[in-house]
Amino acid sequence: MNSNNSHRRQDAGPVARLIDELHKLPGIGPKSAQRLAYYFIRMPEAEARSLAEAVLAVKERITLCTICCDITERSPCAVCDDTTRDRSRICVVEEALDVRALERTRAYNGLYHVLHGVISPMNGVGPDELKIKSLLERIKSDEVEEIFLAMNPNVEGEATAMYLHQLLAPLGIKLTRPARGLPAGGDLEYADDLTLSRAIEGRQAF
Amino acid sequence: MTGGRIHGYKTEAVVLRHFPIGEADRLFVLYTPNMGKVRAVARGVRRPKSKMSGHLQPLNRVAVSLTEGRDLDIITEAEAIAVYPSIRNDLTKLSAAMFLAELVDGFSEERSSSPSVYKLLTSALDLAEVTDNPIQLVRYIQTRILQMSGFGPELRQCVACDTPLEPQTHLFSSSQGGIICPNCRSESGHTLMPIPLNVLKVLRFFQQNHAEKALDLQLNAQLLGELERVLDGYTRFLLERDMKTAEFLDLVNPHRVKKAFSIADPT
Repeated sequence: MNSNNSHRRQDAGPVARLIDELHKLPGIGPKSAQRLAYYFIRMPEAEARSLAEAVLAVKERITLCTICCDITERSPCAVCDDTTRDRSRICVVEEALDVRALERTRAYNGLYHVLHGVISPMNGVGPDELKIKSLLERIKSDEVEEIFLAMNPNVEGEATAMYLHQLLAPLGIKLTRPARGLPAGGDLEYADDLTLSRAIEGRQAF
Repeated sequence: MTGGRIHGYKTEAVVLRHFPIGEADRLFVLYTPNMGKVRAVARGVRRPKSKMSGHLQPLNRVAVSLTEGRDLDIITEAEAIAVYPSIRNDLTKLSAAMFLAELVDGFSEERSSSPSVYKLLTSALDLAEVTDNPIQLVRYIQTRILQMSGFGPELRQCVACDTPLEPQTHLFSSSQGGIICPNCRSESGHTLMPIPLNVLKVLRFFQQNHAEKALDLQLNAQLLGELERVLDGYTRFLLERDMKTAEFLDLVNPHRVKKAFSIADPT
């Protein structure tokens, strides 16, 4: 039914087609799509062209780093190419956005590996859908001493971390997980029991 | 119960699964004691400061407050009653619990009360938390869910001619929901699965006994594999699809550990 709709709209003209394309974006409902489309109509042509070119440039110039699978303009990416980085540590993350978040902290100086997803049996996503093979090949060839499994602290993230743990433990490399506890600006009374108990277990000398 | 509520209501529930919708929301599939399966939205739970996200994790047992929405109900408050730390820290237990959640999801209808299934689900999670044999627990609960959903297979007499079964290897007919005796076999063109006598006996035992007794049975890896083949074959026929969680459960099944490590060591 949806595809019928879009065919009809494509015939209907450029405005309807633009609305249809915008509607496909995450978080954009039919009303927002309409609002954006009419904003584009009033936009100076140079700006519209610049936006269209930016979208195309992303598709044409961005690739995956052949080493860490991060999203990059050149491969190997800036992090993998940086000789000042500690090459004995690999931080494994779910998405490329997680690399940006960890880089912002400036607290980590090792390398990364992006899985591009998370094991989610309930949604039919298994280990084969993730960049796990390339991680194993990296570990075999490089001199890696520590693998930092920085998956999100939820059921799917934990399942992925446990699976990787099972896979990597026989290789005798140090495996670490991020600490868990209360978020900055958080509220003790609203914290769930699992978070609270981990925060108590991991309490530190003041 | 359903007719009496007007705007808001409170219930206990088990979180079966969730998926992201919109900018920061999640859709949750909950299983409740008095309303069966309920689909509801929690707003903003994908933001880091969400007060509900830690509580609303899959397989958690929660107390939730909901308000009726136009299309889907909205979760306004959630607090975990049980979080099952041992299931969360054991890959086999976690996969087993996810498999059971998918089964309950698959065999239940929305807004259709079934307190006995809810009780089975929560006791399954309680048992998964303490058992050292989650695979056997999965096969037991799977048998019970089939029974409670009205698909309990006929295992004592032939489904076609009602003759009591001789002690021997038989054929299991998914389409007729039970065993077909050798005399009726030729008349039936349906997909049949061979079912050895010891598998038949275990299934009969599962159908008639409580979990504690069922888990006390000493079953070897081969027998558990046979049970899986028959039960999953029958389940696939009834749901008309493969169980999504079955493949991963198979991958982390301790009886087949070698397969899980095959990527690390290709020899």
